[in-house]
Amino acid sequence: MNRIFPRIPSGCSVAGILNENGKRMSGNRIIRSISVMHERANGLGGGFAGYGIYPRHKDDYSFHLMYDDEEAKRNTEDHLKESFEIVEEEIIPTRPVEEVTQRPLLWRYFLQVKPEIKKLYYDLTENDIVVKIVMHINARIRGAFVVSSGKNMGVFKGVGFPEDIAKFYRIEEYEAYLWTAHGRFPTNTPGWWGGAHPFGLLDWTLVHNGEISSYGINKRYLEGFGYQLMLQTDSEAVLYLFDLLLRRHGLPIEMVCRILAAPFWSEIERMPEETRRVMEAIRMVYGSALINGPSSLIIGYSRGMLGLNDRVKLRPLMAARKGETFYLASEECGIREVCPRPDEIWSPAAGEPAIGELKEGLS
Amino acid sequence: MEFDCLGLNHRRINEKIRWAISKGKERIILTNVNGQRYIASGLKAEVRINIRGTPGNDLAAFMDGPVIEVEGNAQDAIGNTMNQGKVVVRGDAGDVLGYGMRGGRLYILGDVGYRVGIHMKAYKDLLPILIAGGAAKDYLGEYMAGGIIILLGLTTNRSIIGNYVGSGMHGGVIYIRGKVKKYQLGREVGIRKWTEIDDKILDKYLGEYCHDFNLNFKKIRKKKFTKLAPVSYRPYGKFYAY
Repeated sequence: MNRIFPRIPSGCSVAGILNENGKRMSGNRIIRSISVMHERANGLGGGFAGYGIYPRHKDDYSFHLMYDDEEAKRNTEDHLKESFEIVEEEIIPTRPVEEVTQRPLLWRYFLQVKPEIKKLYYDLTENDIVVKIVMHINARIRGAFVVSSGKNMGVFKGVGFPEDIAKFYRIEEYEAYLWTAHGRFPTNTPGWWGGAHPFGLLDWTLVHNGEISSYGINKRYLEGFGYQLMLQTDSEAVLYLFDLLLRRHGLPIEMVCRILAAPFWSEIERMPEETRRVMEAIRMVYGSALINGPSSLIIGYSRGMLGLNDRVKLRPLMAARKGETFYLASEECGIREVCPRPDEIWSPAAGEPAIGELKEGLS
Repeated sequence: MEFDCLGLNHRRINEKIRWAISKGKERIILTNVNGQRYIASGLKAEVRINIRGTPGNDLAAFMDGPVIEVEGNAQDAIGNTMNQGKVVVRGDAGDVLGYGMRGGRLYILGDVGYRVGIHMKAYKDLLPILIAGGAAKDYLGEYMAGGIIILLGLTTNRSIIGNYVGSGMHGGVIYIRGKVKKYQLGREVGIRKWTEIDDKILDKYLGEYCHDFNLNFKKIRKKKFTKLAPVSYRPYGKFYAY
């Protein structure tokens, strides 16, 4: 897993499909959507996140793990067993694909936090406990990485073009109400299995096209809240910022977007008094959570997905709707490939989120 | 001559176009286009190409002569460094249109994205013209060095330009149908006095544009335009000289 593939600079592709009625669809459509944007990737990373894929285990935390070797697996399982009941565990099914090489051991676990652990950490939520364990494994257990750790969802990723990674993981066999996907073209960081997108923590996943020039500031800020950035890529920081601001600070999603892609001070000056004061406060309190540099990204979560551009729009993103389905893609062709005639299609403005969510009452 | 482009990559499409031209075809129709990049890039010929579907980025890059019609929307960076010819888009188009374009015409019926006309330039008898019927986002005419941009805003009643219009602009001219606010402009551009030449330019190119899209020229032309031009031809001339 630790083999570093050489890097060649350029862009990436992102895509997402959400059924707002929670109806599940096979992986075929997201594979087509991401594959038509082949030119945006260079074979150094591809991946998928699916939500609703484990209905039999919908109340268990599903952990997807990458291991370098048996020893890493043993150490990780020993650690997991301290805090979790393992409801079920199995190898992640794959098929041999010539283009996909150097694969790590891939394992998944369905977990319940032990009652005595909940008691011991009475001041933490279950999610807090899970994050603590994920951070511990990623930072302390050599040769082991937690790829995803939410409920009824999972991330499948590796080094290869997305279409090859899809074949490898048999993505078409899963059914999800929300899919996101990524084709990687790494710029400043190496291509390796753990560094492919999506990144996952709890039920948050991130696919990202761009680079974060504020990474140093964001990293130091996140470390103050106990996050450990171990994946050799800047994109990871954005995922943890969403977890921090949305889950732990309980901010509304629109406000989180205004923090990450803050308007310029000159724009704030022209805002009406009340909005201006809110925005000034946000920029002062959350200055270290501003992500600078070119970005377009999709955040997936159990209730929906969100697309966001950087504040000066240096990366592409398109959004569309057709009936109960909401689409996001780096390029219009990624949407048209699976939805030739959308009801509406638009390019979200810089810093303005495009959000789709499950209808009320669905989960 | 018609080609079905379903599942073909850009290389195959461009090979087919060149083959058709070598057989003396003057009209080519491409159907089922979706996302293939570089269509007609570097192409030097007298030919009309009709595209049905959504062509990918860098459509008509370095193109030198052909006329391309797109029935739907187009993506980013159409007419990148285009030399001569014309691209007509009957839908919307994306970001960085006409990037470094140095000749020819880019006529878009709908809205356009960010950094439209970035670093367009003119040289001797080469004069690039970019006209969009809808609204544009931020950084219109960024670093523009020459040529003409005309923005009509027919699709909206709200402001038809974003902010930082003409940032770093040092040549060429932008015509905005309607008014602009001072804060929407970059530091290197200003509102300029209208002259007879401006009337002539609008009559000529906007006339052609309206003809191409079957729009009412008189009605569109009646509204007052704002003319934007650079305040200096060397805005950064002393940037490194203290």
